[in-house]
Amino acid sequence: MTNHFIDFRNADVILNMGSNVAVNHPVSFKWIQAAKDKGTIFIHVDPRFNRTSTKADIFTRLRSGTDIAFLGGMIHYILNNNLFDEFYIKNYTNAPFIIDPKYNFNDGLFSGYDSSKRSYDRTAWALIKDPQGIPKRDPSLKDPQSVFQWMKKHFSRYTFEKVSEITGTPIQDLEKVYRAFGSTGRPDRSGTVLYAMGWTQHTVGVQNIRAMSIIQLLLGNMGVAGGGVNALRGESNVQGSTDHALLFHILPGYLPIPRSHLATMEDYNKTTPQSNDPGSVNWWKHRPKYMTSFLKSMYGGKVAQENDFGYGWLPKIDTDQDASWLNLFDEMHKGSFTGFFAWGMNPACSSANSGKVRQALSNLDWMVNVNVFDNETGSFWKGPGMNAQTIKTEVFQLPCAASMEKEGSITNGGRWMQWRHKAADSPGEAKPDGDIIFELFQKIQALYLKEKGEFPDPILNLKWDYQTNGRFDIHKVAKEINGYFLEEVDQHPVDKKAYKKGTLVPSFVYLLDDGRTSSGNWLYSASYTEAGNMAARRKSIDPSGLGLFPEWSWCWPVNRRILYNRASVDLEGNPRDPKRPLIKWDAGKKKWVGDIPDFGAPPMKSSGIYPFIMKPDGVASIFGPGLKDGPFPEHYEPLESPLEKNLLSSQRINPAVKIFGGNLDSFSFNDPRYPYVCTTYRVAEHWQTGVMTRWQSWLIEAEPQMFCDLSVELAAIKGIQSGDRVLVETPRGKVAATAVVTSRFKPFNIAGKTVHQIGVPIHFGWIHPKDGGDSANLLTPGVGDPNTMIPETKAFMANVRRLNKKSGTKS
Amino acid sequence: MAEGISLLIDTTKCIACRGCQVACKQWNQRAAEKTVNHGNRQNPPDLSFNTWKLVRFSEIPRDVAPLYFFPDQCRHCLTPSCKEMADLRAGNLITIDKKTGAVIFNQKTKLKPEDFEEIREACPYDIPRFNSGSMQMAKCTLCFNRTQEGIPPACVKTCPTGGMQFGNRQEILDKANKRLAEVRRIYKHALLVDPEEVRVIYLLADDPRKYYHLTKAENKPGISRKVALKQFSQPLRMFRALAG
Repeated sequence: MTNHFIDFRNADVILNMGSNVAVNHPVSFKWIQAAKDKGTIFIHVDPRFNRTSTKADIFTRLRSGTDIAFLGGMIHYILNNNLFDEFYIKNYTNAPFIIDPKYNFNDGLFSGYDSSKRSYDRTAWALIKDPQGIPKRDPSLKDPQSVFQWMKKHFSRYTFEKVSEITGTPIQDLEKVYRAFGSTGRPDRSGTVLYAMGWTQHTVGVQNIRAMSIIQLLLGNMGVAGGGVNALRGESNVQGSTDHALLFHILPGYLPIPRSHLATMEDYNKTTPQSNDPGSVNWWKHRPKYMTSFLKSMYGGKVAQENDFGYGWLPKIDTDQDASWLNLFDEMHKGSFTGFFAWGMNPACSSANSGKVRQALSNLDWMVNVNVFDNETGSFWKGPGMNAQTIKTEVFQLPCAASMEKEGSITNGGRWMQWRHKAADSPGEAKPDGDIIFELFQKIQALYLKEKGEFPDPILNLKWDYQTNGRFDIHKVAKEINGYFLEEVDQHPVDKKAYKKGTLVPSFVYLLDDGRTSSGNWLYSASYTEAGNMAARRKSIDPSGLGLFPEWSWCWPVNRRILYNRASVDLEGNPRDPKRPLIKWDAGKKKWVGDIPDFGAPPMKSSGIYPFIMKPDGVASIFGPGLKDGPFPEHYEPLESPLEKNLLSSQRINPAVKIFGGNLDSFSFNDPRYPYVCTTYRVAEHWQTGVMTRWQSWLIEAEPQMFCDLSVELAAIKGIQSGDRVLVETPRGKVAATAVVTSRFKPFNIAGKTVHQIGVPIHFGWIHPKDGGDSANLLTPGVGDPNTMIPETKAFMANVRRLNKKSGTKS
Repeated sequence: MAEGISLLIDTTKCIACRGCQVACKQWNQRAAEKTVNHGNRQNPPDLSFNTWKLVRFSEIPRDVAPLYFFPDQCRHCLTPSCKEMADLRAGNLITIDKKTGAVIFNQKTKLKPEDFEEIREACPYDIPRFNSGSMQMAKCTLCFNRTQEGIPPACVKTCPTGGMQFGNRQEILDKANKRLAEVRRIYKHALLVDPEEVRVIYLLADDPRKYYHLTKAENKPGISRKVALKQFSQPLRMFRALAG
């Protein structure tokens, strides 16, 4: 999240789309309620009326997988009706920049497409620079090659009529939503957007977010209180685990993963983002300092300039390799590797196309399943359709502590790193994950010492000193993440002050690229300093009145509570919205007051410094050339859709998606055998695949079984009544469920064709309870967004049919 | 007793997360029931000996916003007709807590099923429930073991949206009336349910019948016609069924 949950209350308009906030983030709903109490307009857009919708001032439905059409229509509406914030886009975005004349877009394809590779040559998606290397601009926004004019042209096709045909949303509803949200283009009004997996889990997931980001930039809603683009995370520490490099493509702090062609630190550092524009801070230019400090944190005294700080010991992936989830399990299925740690996860239920995952697990030699309870992954070999006799995989189950049985931090969606204390001991032999990892690696090091394995350097030289009195010490890890001065620094280049060896660095500003500092994650530098554990702070003072609470926990980066906050002021540093002053330049004292400013330089008028310091050009990207599937969002149908053709172009699906071959990955579209749009979702009563909640009797009592929501209209066609047992089928799998016939789903009118949609929850699995049903992900397709490979579990095609009549269910 | 405490349950803020339903079970240590999905999200299907608070889900298909939530529980009537009936048939089974005004029951009292049925029928909201094994009655106690100490009931404490408030009766009545005035700007038919007769005051946005058929008392709580009749003439009980 660019902002925080508490900031919802500052918004004039809240758009909740691609998430069901009341159900999945019920505690955060208090801030939506607080906003509503002061008159905020709350909009909910979803395929189905649900618990969130009951509190919406405006609710409307759209067919799953058509968000870009919906949002593209909003962009068109904002531009057509001059609702955009002209000052903002001229000064703080790349709207005035000039696009390369070779760039083109025609009938759903951007220039540079190679259909044999299903990918783009992106060289023409570029912004023109002058001979000094500074991007060319047309401040009048009139140049036909300007980003602004290309955007206008691109989205001119997203008319009310066309959008309504694609989405199934009535035109009058589209207009209501567009008008309400478009009203936040004035500097004294702000609008926020809350989304979740309903936007990300699509073959156009990244572009869904891009479309909304463009809207927020057009309306000047980025970097302001009550604004931003706010991802409601699917798990309380998703933000933290991502920051600390859960994913394959990064090292901690979003440092890119080294690739095989970057053999040395020098090669790696050559890829550091650059800018010739004196107005662009280009903060990523500091990356070499963070990388060196990271390596010092990994290998400590074993590395120095002479051995390239141990860069050669870091694992590297191939230049074009994508080692994300779907590819990983595809390789496992092919038998490409033999061992697997399933740590705090349940891929046999959580993965798209989980039937394939269950098959893949049987191709392993060994698997270690670390979890609070047994789950469908650890016991996959006992599962439905499995023959244990023929499965060679040896499974080790390691019981671990639950969240309240250990000390440590979580980082919530609003980037607050909050320290948690231990409330109870874990039962039996269960241990905190940290202890398990610590002991595991001690054993691995001992084995390498004894047996001298292949390429032992990275193993033997890893600094592994996180214990106190023989026990794993989580505070030592937290301090390592913050970073230390490893040597005396007599005169620090930043402030000319002296820093003692062994002291914690005050922030990442002090990190050096010469080996004198360490930091496990530069982004968290300043979280645990000589002043103490910042994440454990609990002072509830809020001088701003905006809910920033600067001394409650700690927020990355450097305790900045709202990202890009320099975009909330005018060129002189005065808040553009006097009602919600986030930061303000005090000309007398020559400093910023309010939130920690997104860079401390004086206002843009005197310093020339642009507000988006993490972007190489210093401004936000309306034209985004970095993605694999286009610099502007474009509507494509989901891989599985009810339509034979995309109503907007000849490209039916996202041209850049990767499609796996093989029987297990079969799919269908416009196929009478699978005529209904299906989506997946959660209920408030369960958590993820239900590994923890299905064992909680008070929760399983409230939501005991797999169900399938379907409309009254579809139920009538299929002869299904509420409570009947039904079978939901896709080309990949079948799942039995109890029918919930509801008026919350309604058939869509898609270009004159009636399209029905159904939905199933993701929380169930065969292991417990015995009559609970199996995973919805047996149904979902293993196809992903080309940028992230996040699977398209929110829009696919299915059939539903009655199994048998409702049985006597009196309890 | 017009002092004591009250709850305001503002259904315009209820998102049916069922935190209250679970918190009630946790604080009062009530066992879970074996349930199935019966084609509706409401589960357990009804109040029971072990379920004292239940979020009722109601769907009104023709409405633009077709979903209504009603976190049902004992209303803790100022003059509880269940107590009137219990006094006649089950000794001191039901009493009123002096400090809070909560209508509470004696967990040790065993009673006959037919006596319990009389007590249940006396309740205009159909709240009391019975365990035919242990011959005991149970229902919401307004968490009087918390509220006596000024701690909010478990359901109030857990509500994330501020949909439930707890306080002195007059203070809650004032809040209820103030909130009603606010809500009426959007929902013209909003109302408080039986605020003069009960301690647990519901604010509804719409026609009470859309939420649940026993949201509102058909006859005013207090001594019902039925109870009054019984007080006069115990032997007439056999004609009760005919009298309806």
